[in-house]
Amino acid sequence: MSEREKPHTFVVYVENKPGVLNRIASLFRRRGYNIESLTVGHTEHANISRMTIVSSIGEGAAQRVEANIYKLVNVLSVKDVTHATTISRSLALIKVEALEESRHRLMEIVRVFRARVVDLAPRSLIIEITGAEDKIHALVDVLRPFGILEMVRTGQVVMRRGALERAEGSSPKAVQQDARHTGQKELPAVSGANALVEAEHPGSV
Amino acid sequence: MKDQSSHSAAPRTLTGAEIIWACLERLGVEHIFGYPGGAILPTYDALTRSRVHHVLVRHEQGATHMADGYARASGRVGVALATSGPGATNMVTGIATAMMDSSPIVCITGQVGSAVLGSDAFQETDITGITLPITKHNYLVTRAEEIAVSLREAFHIAASDRPGPVLVDITKDAQLGSCEFDWEAAAPRAHRQVPDFFPTAAKLAEAAAMIDEAQRPVILAGHGIILSGAEEEVRRLAETADIPIALTLLGLGAFPASHALNLGMMGMHGEAWVNQAIQESDLLIALGMRFDDRVTGKLNTYAQKAKKIHVEIDRAEINKNVHVDMPLIGDLRDILRRLLPSVKAARHSAWWSQIHSSQQDSAVRDIQNLPDSGHLYAAHVINDLWRETKGEAIVVTDVGQHQMWEAQYYHHEKPRTLITSGGLGTMGFALPAAIGAKFARPDAEVWVVAGDGGFQMTMAELATIVQEKLNVKIAIINNGYLGMVRQWQEFFYEGRYAGTPLLSPDYVKLAEAYGIPGLMVTERSQVGPALHTSRFHAGAALIDFRVEQEDSVYPMVPAGADLQAMIRRPSPLVERPTDE
Repeated sequence: MSEREKPHTFVVYVENKPGVLNRIASLFRRRGYNIESLTVGHTEHANISRMTIVSSIGEGAAQRVEANIYKLVNVLSVKDVTHATTISRSLALIKVEALEESRHRLMEIVRVFRARVVDLAPRSLIIEITGAEDKIHALVDVLRPFGILEMVRTGQVVMRRGALERAEGSSPKAVQQDARHTGQKELPAVSGANALVEAEHPGSV
Repeated sequence: MKDQSSHSAAPRTLTGAEIIWACLERLGVEHIFGYPGGAILPTYDALTRSRVHHVLVRHEQGATHMADGYARASGRVGVALATSGPGATNMVTGIATAMMDSSPIVCITGQVGSAVLGSDAFQETDITGITLPITKHNYLVTRAEEIAVSLREAFHIAASDRPGPVLVDITKDAQLGSCEFDWEAAAPRAHRQVPDFFPTAAKLAEAAAMIDEAQRPVILAGHGIILSGAEEEVRRLAETADIPIALTLLGLGAFPASHALNLGMMGMHGEAWVNQAIQESDLLIALGMRFDDRVTGKLNTYAQKAKKIHVEIDRAEINKNVHVDMPLIGDLRDILRRLLPSVKAARHSAWWSQIHSSQQDSAVRDIQNLPDSGHLYAAHVINDLWRETKGEAIVVTDVGQHQMWEAQYYHHEKPRTLITSGGLGTMGFALPAAIGAKFARPDAEVWVVAGDGGFQMTMAELATIVQEKLNVKIAIINNGYLGMVRQWQEFFYEGRYAGTPLLSPDYVKLAEAYGIPGLMVTERSQVGPALHTSRFHAGAALIDFRVEQEDSVYPMVPAGADLQAMIRRPSPLVERPTDE
């Protein structure tokens, strides 16, 4: 199915076990979707990691990706937050050629972008910037004429605005339905796992 | 688990290898299909103290197909066992086969000691990495303490939701190590809460209204019906609302072939009227099927006039190939049970007369109705096998022309009586899968129907049949070609038969070398007597059917073509020499 592609952002909670990153990455590879950025890190829970995955895909494909990620046993929860109100940040370190005559103008740019100079060398400086993707793009565009010597960027991390995102969906009804329809009748629920499940799934059908 | 006496409830100290067998016994495993080797030796040593019956295969691919055949014939988890390295990689084809057809199997592999993992040790291979995309889940177990919990989880994952294969790779030191074995403590735990997608009452009412409004409905019946055990609910739905049923290859048996509402198989080699009914339908009710390219043909001309209801347990299948108007996600039987009370009784006489009129033309082209040319056609063999076994045998097919003829001419009345590799199309599947099926259903008559190509891929398992004294009957549909590929070459590559002419051994002598009686059949009149003789022989028997060499499976929708664009069997009884 050919659909209009746009960047989709998935927030995925996974068990912190060896090979989990490989399983997620392999799923995107196998279904033919390119990962634009992927970040992984610890959460406030021990043994649970949080991933933010950005992939340019169509709306229908995004729904199937979300469903497919859920099929991975080590995944605790998945959410396509593309259409949610979110705070999105990434960080870049940019090493720019900084000769005596351009240094002053670079400092001015850093100030305007609310970036920081984190290293100063005789012929270069390193700028650190944190922000949404477009802000970083804009800074990179402005710095390019000075001569970017080296650049490294983290992927995006995303968090939904507002409180109690993670407490939704743990209604007793949902628990019952799950037990009845997934064949997991005999399984007692582990406390804490519920907290990661969200009732509202924008990416679901 | 039959015998509780040998399991004391109190935890006791066992080796990892002993824990494997203790778990398998408690999980109800009676047979395991395997092949020993260095990294799995401790487990084989502990086998001598276990009640589980081990079947020595001749190739690990055979072990996985046997586990698969066992699972498909019984609905229980099939288990295969192999060593590390080549033992494990030989399982890959069987695992992928089980994955594509949602078959619950657990594969246990030995692995080199954890101290040398990653050092390219002798017979080390990254089997969890290799099987990552073709298993539902897999485990690398490096400590004895993890064995019980991994195996219990593996069985649960293999059999629950949409079933599939799970691999458990266990290092040699984990097998040799000792720990306290506590069955209860190893119970699988729900580590996550899956969101509830079960359709609401309002959604179900909406679906019932769609069914009520339809004038030309068709049910598309798939493998999910059998996996869910929803045969009775499907029958009630079809009978209540008078809905014709078309089946996928893996759906055959989910609905009785003799039932008046049964149209037969859909898709590439489905009968013309079946595909025509789908194309003209105004409502498709897809039950446990996934709109595979072999059943839809060209997607943007597929059933354009039809609304679609898709009942499916795997949410990732929704809108994958065909856009559906009403997805209902969950266990098929549960959903149908909730849906049925709101489905109104209906009669669709105009729709049925439309379907029946298109049936006439196909009947005269049926090879059964053509004048006897003296040639032996595979269709005759299959049809006679159906008649001779009264349609009650478990037929395990390989992949190719004979598979399609089986689907067309053996009329399955009951679920789990056709076992075939549908999704992956694995040649060499039939013989080992039939061995697994026989272990699952020892009282059933089990027939292998294989081509001369596929049979030669795994015929080493004849020795397994003999060693296990199994009563499995084998029909080789021998046409001297890789027939289905030859057919494509005839239709689409101007008859250039590259790599398809095929030499076979003398199968009768081959069978005799294994101590299996063999017969060769070259004429139509010999088919019945040969089947009769073989059926009433007390053990395994093989028949080599020398059939017409260049026959083709008709009708055929060329790959990627419109579903109604069929190549039909040329018939002297039909005036038009060519088709649209």
